[in-house]
Amino acid sequence: MSKHHYDAIVVGSGISGGWAAKELTEKGLKVLLLERGRNIEHIKDYTNAHKEVWDHPHRNRPTQEMKDKHPVLQRDFVLNEETQGMWANEQDSPYVEEKRFDWYRGYHVGGRSLLWGRHSYRLSPMDFEANAREGIAIDWPIRYEDVAPWYDYVERYAGIAGSLEGLPHLPDGQFLPPIELNCVEKDVAARIKKAYGGKRHLIHSRVANITQPKPEQGRVNCQYRNKCWLGCPYGAYFSTQSSTLPAAMKTGNLTLRPFSIVTQVLYDKDKKRARGVEVIDAETQLTYEYTADVVFLNASSFNSTWILMNSATDVWQGGLGSSSGELGHNVMDHHFRVGASGTVEGYEDKYYFGRRPAGFYIPRFRNLGNEQRNYVRGFGYQGAASRQGWDRHVAEVGVGADLKHSLSQPGPWTIGMTAFGEMLPHHDNRIYLDKSVTDKWGLPVLAMDVEVRENELAMRHDMQQDAVELLEAAGVTQVHGSDWGYSPGMGIHEMGTARMGRDPKTSVLNGFNQVWDAPNVFVTDGACMTSASCVNPSLTYMALTARAVDHAVKELKKGTLV
Amino acid sequence: MNRRELLRMIGLATGVAFIGGNTLLAGCATSSSAALTFSAADAELLDAVTETILPRTDTPGARDAEVGSFMQIFVNDCYSPAEQATFHAGLLQLERRSAEEYGGKFNSLTAEQRLALINTLDSEARQQLASGGEAHYFTMIKQLTLFGFFTSEVGGTQALRHVPVPGRFDGCVSYEEGQPAWATQ
Repeated sequence: MSKHHYDAIVVGSGISGGWAAKELTEKGLKVLLLERGRNIEHIKDYTNAHKEVWDHPHRNRPTQEMKDKHPVLQRDFVLNEETQGMWANEQDSPYVEEKRFDWYRGYHVGGRSLLWGRHSYRLSPMDFEANAREGIAIDWPIRYEDVAPWYDYVERYAGIAGSLEGLPHLPDGQFLPPIELNCVEKDVAARIKKAYGGKRHLIHSRVANITQPKPEQGRVNCQYRNKCWLGCPYGAYFSTQSSTLPAAMKTGNLTLRPFSIVTQVLYDKDKKRARGVEVIDAETQLTYEYTADVVFLNASSFNSTWILMNSATDVWQGGLGSSSGELGHNVMDHHFRVGASGTVEGYEDKYYFGRRPAGFYIPRFRNLGNEQRNYVRGFGYQGAASRQGWDRHVAEVGVGADLKHSLSQPGPWTIGMTAFGEMLPHHDNRIYLDKSVTDKWGLPVLAMDVEVRENELAMRHDMQQDAVELLEAAGVTQVHGSDWGYSPGMGIHEMGTARMGRDPKTSVLNGFNQVWDAPNVFVTDGACMTSASCVNPSLTYMALTARAVDHAVKELKKGTLV
Repeated sequence: MNRRELLRMIGLATGVAFIGGNTLLAGCATSSSAALTFSAADAELLDAVTETILPRTDTPGARDAEVGSFMQIFVNDCYSPAEQATFHAGLLQLERRSAEEYGGKFNSLTAEQRLALINTLDSEARQQLASGGEAHYFTMIKQLTLFGFFTSEVGGTQALRHVPVPGRFDGCVSYEEGQPAWATQ
């Protein structure tokens, strides 16, 4: 067993791991960044980035063979030709579905930062207070004011396009100019404002796509190709590869080691500190031990939790952090796939140029102030208006030249939106180790036992009805509300399995993301979330990571972590 | 990923979900015992049928875009064995209808006869859908013709418009009737 020492080890190279590596190395620490999958080099390895749909033999649709290989992935839209190879191999890395759980994993350098939806909203003061106010789960150990400067910090660096709206429940940030709404969306926004007396808002989506260049990071502004998930050769959206990894590399303090599956945090029970981590090389199967003064777990919510469950089991049977009884519990996601769409009359003489990687956002408007629906919390909508394309239903034309002529021109304007709803932390929504099933490396796998519960189901009624009402109030015609069905995991926003809190008896992490039982272990991915809010979570992981690193380095200097 | 795609779950101009596309429910794909293959005659038939559905006019047609060849690849690789069986049986039925109603193979018919037969099949397929029946084989052919044509380079750049790197976004430009639609949003 070979041994190596670093100042810090970061496990996982996705959105939060990339930030941890950048911040730690820029503060002068020698850092080992471990990634379980292969390397993907910025630009060079974006093999499909310049391909068009006709360059794919099946025009980007999945083949039967792909579906057979990806029984989970094929359940949703994410299985396609252009992102093949960007998702975990389901045969090598199985998991158990006690209840259906769609787990979409990016096992490569950059993780899901290469594939993410890029919507970037701050949690609000209301979000950090909600659990305490309503007596649900436990209180967050921090408040909005604790995170606000770190939101400022990460927004400036990552580059978030958005508009200042002055809404208390969707705080403004340090934005680049927003990506424009099209003329129909602007009109619908004005009509919603009028219809609801300024109480409901259709605003620009806030996305991590830069609308001005960032030459200091070697990034060019968005070129409006709408091909983000293929890896952007312009570096126009935030990813580990485009933004945090180059910064970490530039310091000369980073060692990146792909194909490194961390199997456990090595725990010194006398000092009550982590010594480092154990790694299996995914290619050679050889085991290595790396030591460090501080360990950041950023392996994605469930995999960071899996590592904790496999660590210090000689002290705690359930693993490091399990003394709280909450490790692996309180799984949250965002429930969605419910909304409405309709037709917008007129504007036949209007069209758009360029392909936006964004659309509009309707911030939460339910259960604000004194309103009390038959559920708590709320939801926001993401959507867009566009002219229909060739795949529209043309009832009046059968086949022949007329059909081709008709479908070669844009159709009527339609507008559609889907709600993203907050899911409550519930102790019985959990993941656990199933030792009867092992992966390619002989490691036990996770079992998923998660379901949507009463509050989410009650909320879904409003998510659909309000969408219909909003569109109809804006003069949209032929409005159809739909619930396309949701299973936990589909939001690809797993959260909560190692939550932050104020008390080691009820939480895994303290207010700086330190494991109560090993304060030199930090978990700053989605696992740390005490509640979910209804907004997309990645920006919050960035801010909490930068904040935790700042704290870690201060504490290291004080000598409290070793 | 672009979740806006979620809002485009309705099928391709045919009023039914895209066959061979991503399914919403996990299905058990069984391996086919006897692989169905396309003959040279099938290939010629597909060329003629697709060109009847989307003919060359002042813009290229299905044959120019090699939609028939694409269709063979797609059916072979993306259709389930049951869907493949329906598709292949459909080609035989189509030739039988051609022989019964016009006294010859589809390829031997005049352009008017071909269009008449395809229009008839299109109506029947629509009726079958409206009555809630199983997908008609012609629905498969029509879907794949439209999909194959408009996602081809010929269709996407000569019938439709495509700018690989727009470089900017303008949410409100003027449009005159007759101008082609963008190939992708």
